[in-house]
Amino acid sequence: MEQKSSKKNSESEKEYSVIIKNLSVTYRTEPALWNIDLNFPKGQMIAIVGPNGAGKSTLIKAVMGLVPITAGKVSIFGKTYSKNRDKVAYVPQRGSVDWDFPTDALDVVEMGLYGKLGWFRRPNSKTRNLARECLDKVGLSNYADRQIGQLSGGQQQRVFLARALAQDAQIYLMDEPLNGVDVITEKTILSILENLKKEGKTIVMVHHELQTVDKYFDWVVMVNRNLIANGPIKEVFTKINLDRTYQEKQRMSI
Amino acid sequence: MILEEILSIFLGIFTDYTLRYVALGSAILGITSGALGCFTVLRKQSLFGDAIAHAALPGIGFAYLFAGTKDSLVLMLGAAIFAWFGGMITLAITSTTRIKQDAALGITLSVFFGLGIVLLSYLQSIGGASQGGLDRFLFGQAAALIESDVINLGILSALCFTILILFYKEFKITTFDSSFGQSLGFPIKYLNVLLTSVIVVAVVIGLHTVGVVLMVSMLIAPAAAARQWTSNLKNMIILSAIFGGLSGIIGSMISSTAEGMSTGPVIVITITAILGISFVFSPKQGYLFKHLRNQRKSQISLDNIKTISDKEKENHGNI
Repeated sequence: MEQKSSKKNSESEKEYSVIIKNLSVTYRTEPALWNIDLNFPKGQMIAIVGPNGAGKSTLIKAVMGLVPITAGKVSIFGKTYSKNRDKVAYVPQRGSVDWDFPTDALDVVEMGLYGKLGWFRRPNSKTRNLARECLDKVGLSNYADRQIGQLSGGQQQRVFLARALAQDAQIYLMDEPLNGVDVITEKTILSILENLKKEGKTIVMVHHELQTVDKYFDWVVMVNRNLIANGPIKEVFTKINLDRTYQEKQRMSI
Repeated sequence: MILEEILSIFLGIFTDYTLRYVALGSAILGITSGALGCFTVLRKQSLFGDAIAHAALPGIGFAYLFAGTKDSLVLMLGAAIFAWFGGMITLAITSTTRIKQDAALGITLSVFFGLGIVLLSYLQSIGGASQGGLDRFLFGQAAALIESDVINLGILSALCFTILILFYKEFKITTFDSSFGQSLGFPIKYLNVLLTSVIVVAVVIGLHTVGVVLMVSMLIAPAAAARQWTSNLKNMIILSAIFGGLSGIIGSMISSTAEGMSTGPVIVITITAILGISFVFSPKQGYLFKHLRNQRKSQISLDNIKTISDKEKENHGNI
């Protein structure tokens, strides 16, 4: 009996890249996420959907320990985030940084390699070349020296993706990378992610447009402070679940 | 005639013993605060610099009160402790209460500065003439700099630059995208404390030359001017240090031309002039070239409209 359960345990670790258990996050006294039990399956395109303020960004930030966790546990390939952080790449919301910062596109992409460089070691020709390759993958090799404030919104988003590619990770956590981008950028990002998926990597994306969820993704996580649904698109992306996800907040606020 | 005068002032740096140290001390301040001020400006913490500068004042009073000496190192240590303490209190207020940063900065700045003024006036009332010198830290008194002071300032400045060079990559990523830096495993909180501490050292260097009240302009103005000329962080830091150093030297030379003209304010006016020139004349972002470009653009679009309307007239004529 015991043997069986341990076998099952190791199997589940093989299947899932991220396992979240009883996760709760509280900002001051306001609960942002409540008792979330959730696994991200390997090699899938996963969408996180929910209304504004439902805790979607908080969820991926909590996976990386960027927000203080009130209760619960997160494991990345069976270990804590701090032990496995080199397996995770992060694309923050585009609006979270100041694009007037005095730097160029190549330099931003190179920042994706700072973690591997570690303390005191400086970027060198090797990191430069790697960054250049990643910039090439997102179709921006001609913009390497461009000041980042002079790029279009879509180009800025692709620079962020290139920086995540430079991290060369197994799991990609992305905060609304398709929000307000042009058609070319959307196509470029999706085809790159499709390739990553083929390599067995896990892509988790906070997503706003409900119309494109079943077209782009394999798996959906529906969240509104509580976990509403979690599973393959065909099974869980239903009208009933959508209504529950988007009405919960109204009920709470009343 | 004028040229000769300027030349003699300039040569004064090499011949005049006092002026040499005044200029050197002011240059060290300008270079250090110029380089570190870039981070203050890019993190949108300009007022934070102002608050920690003001918070240094009671430190000078307490250092004198307890140590009973006007030795510059002791006073600087007291100033550093209080400036650092003021900075940390501001950070703590912002992160643990609902009070926003601007209000927290206002609280720190006024409370510490008020305490400093109270202490200095108290010391003045009990101590007689020998304590009178402490109020020079309000607006600085570069003319009082002597060789040993300048050596101390030089050592502190070297310390700042060593840390800046060692942690350049880390400071850059936490300034540009702190949550991404955190996800890579860099301890954002400790790096912020380290950067704040280095800025505190720069502020303490400035106490002798420009004083607590005007110190913030030595952090902001060189960086803002440098940003006008470049879009590369490394170049911005280097240029900002040059602007700061230059204004230190020029300011102390100008103030040496008239008896009793205080050096600090003149340095501040000099760096403000450099800032003004940068705003107008920098090729990419300067007002002058922007204006010219816009004029040319509007002329081109005017021409376009004319040709279009001419063509339409022709078309109508044809019909």
